[in-house]
Amino acid sequence: MDKILVGLKRVVDYNVRVRVKSDGSGVETDGVKMSINPFDEIALEEALRIKEKGGASEVIVVSIGAAESQQQLRTGLAMGADRAILVETSEALDSLSCARVFLEIINRENPGLVILGKQAIDDDNIQTGQMLAALWGQAQGTFASHIDLDGDKARITREVDVGLELIEIDLPAVITADLRLNEPRYVKLPDIMKAKKKPLDQIPLGDLGIERGPKIVETVFAPPTERQKGVMVDDVPGLIAALKDKGLV
Amino acid sequence: MAKILLIGEHDGAVLNPSTAKVVACAAEIDNAEIDVLILAESASQVAAEAATLQSVSRVLTVENEANKHPLGAVLAPQIVALADGYSHIFGPSTTFGKDLMPRVAALLGVNQISDIMSVEGTHEFKRPIYAGNAVVTMQAPADVPLVATVRTASYRAIGDGNSAPVESMDVTVELPTHTRFLELKAGSSDRPDLLTAAKVVAGGRALGSIENFELIYQLADKLGAGVGASRAAVDAGYVPNEVQVGQTGKIIAPELYIAIGISGAIQHLTGIKDAGTIVAINKDEEAPIFEVADIGVVGDLFKIVPELNDAL
Ligand SMILES: Cc1cc2nc3c(=O)[nH]c(=O)nc-3n(C[C@H](O)[C@H](O)[C@H](O)COP(=O)(O)OP(=O)(O)OC[C@H]3O[C@@H](n4cnc5c(N)ncnc54)[C@H](O)[C@@H]3O)c2cc1C
Ligand SMILES: Nc1ncnc2c1ncn2[C@@H]1O[C@H](COP(=O)(O)O)[C@@H](O)[C@H]1O
Repeated sequence: MDKILVGLKRVVDYNVRVRVKSDGSGVETDGVKMSINPFDEIALEEALRIKEKGGASEVIVVSIGAAESQQQLRTGLAMGADRAILVETSEALDSLSCARVFLEIINRENPGLVILGKQAIDDDNIQTGQMLAALWGQAQGTFASHIDLDGDKARITREVDVGLELIEIDLPAVITADLRLNEPRYVKLPDIMKAKKKPLDQIPLGDLGIERGPKIVETVFAPPTERQKGVMVDDVPGLIAALKDKGLV
Repeated sequence: MAKILLIGEHDGAVLNPSTAKVVACAAEIDNAEIDVLILAESASQVAAEAATLQSVSRVLTVENEANKHPLGAVLAPQIVALADGYSHIFGPSTTFGKDLMPRVAALLGVNQISDIMSVEGTHEFKRPIYAGNAVVTMQAPADVPLVATVRTASYRAIGDGNSAPVESMDVTVELPTHTRFLELKAGSSDRPDLLTAAKVVAGGRALGSIENFELIYQLADKLGAGVGASRAAVDAGYVPNEVQVGQTGKIIAPELYIAIGISGAIQHLTGIKDAGTIVAINKDEEAPIFEVADIGVVGDLFKIVPELNDAL
């Protein structure tokens, strides 16, 4: 195939313990480490491997977000992507609108495959890939832990609640990457230098003429109810006594 | 009034326990009228089971050979064809619902609320974000259908004893052929299902091998418990993927959860926040798992677990 499109979302790094702002207006992101959404890194790695095996000629990374998302796109270019597109907006866009943006990029680029992460670890929505596939009228291979490309078809192993499901889909399609699809490569210093020269297009969201989805408003953010720290016991008899006390054995 | 179309999950023979939990959530909405939709190759057995659930007004069935395996892309247009007149369309936050419901939402041109954990009003719900480190209240517009998934760990299955009418529906939409089911490799286990088990024993990276995981199975069998694991244990190949607990695995709410050789990363903890009692066995007294454990034992699991197995 010609092109693979990959979504790269800038999110709070997965190691950061996120805190809710005291006024309940959102979560604290000032001065917090930001990274590529881990599932998107896996999505990109998969696209790069497909390209390296001769299965595609170009990998394009796409981010929708603030100007700072350029950092994550540069990292994606350093990993090996050929080209980047930033659809710039200061808004936190809902999943339906993101899917409409991706569809517009698809209409411009005509990729043979779109790989997104299965979930963005900030909103934990798990929606964008499925919405995009629906709007595009194409197949979806969600929660993929293995992909076999075979001409204009792909066989996808999906991680589902009861085990692993194998499906076959026609391309073009949307695949969403699960954790065990691959282990992303590390970026090397020379690649970071090279990445500075690769093209990064910035498109203001307004230029795409996307119709927004009916908005679901996030009204109040609160910390979760914390569990209390319990008791420590010294040994197995102590543990069994404590469990008996609660009627659990 | 809220008219709710609730998508039943099943394997062709039995209703998945997730459905009774989604009904429990839907029933918390004021004046809810709940229709459970069963899309199947042959629906009668599953529909009869759904009809026994309390608070269900009707069970609707759509029978089609194409519905033999639950492919989101195939089911979504059928749901959309029946969506007219419903204010809410609910599904479970299982891999079935996560694959399907956003596709339904997009075809309807609306956004979705994922993982409802509490009902605050007809169009107002709470959900966890950032791996459960924050809870956000969502206010959905009332003039479009609300598509949502329900976080099953937040609800207890609604009781049975009902006998709702079952109605067969005709749906004439063109179904996509771009997606074909090939095979399901399901882990076969006689142990209780992780998602519904009252007790769960889970092992982490510290187990070190498939063989050592036997210790976890032994303890689980002594307690009549299901088996879980951390991502590290799954990645290392000690156990299959379907037993992973956490942000990207299963979110569970057993009465008893025993974490053995698991450090307690936030992504793991988000899967057990609603457990009744958490027991942690870890040799590192600083392990974060002890911050949430109700009962903690510091020590070597290879000494403690065999001792525990002998004593029970
Ligand atoms: C996007 C993303 C999603 C993720 N999703 C999940 C998820 O869904 N579920 C999940 O679990 N993880 C998830 N993770 C991974 C998570 O961050 C941790 O890496 C993982 O949970 C660690 O597993 P562990 O506790 O088994 O291993 P470790 O963190 O290595 O902990 C092993 C523990 O065993 C203890 N130990 C060692 N030897 C012994 C002994 N002999 N006796 C007793 N104790 C011993 C150690 O003290 C240590 O605390 C995710 C990560 C990312 C980035
Ligand atoms: N703003 C964004 N920019 C780039 N990719 C995104 C964005 N939002 C969502 N995605 C993609 O969609 C996936 C699923 O996101 P979500 O539906 O929010 O959980 C992510 O892993 C990304 O690949």
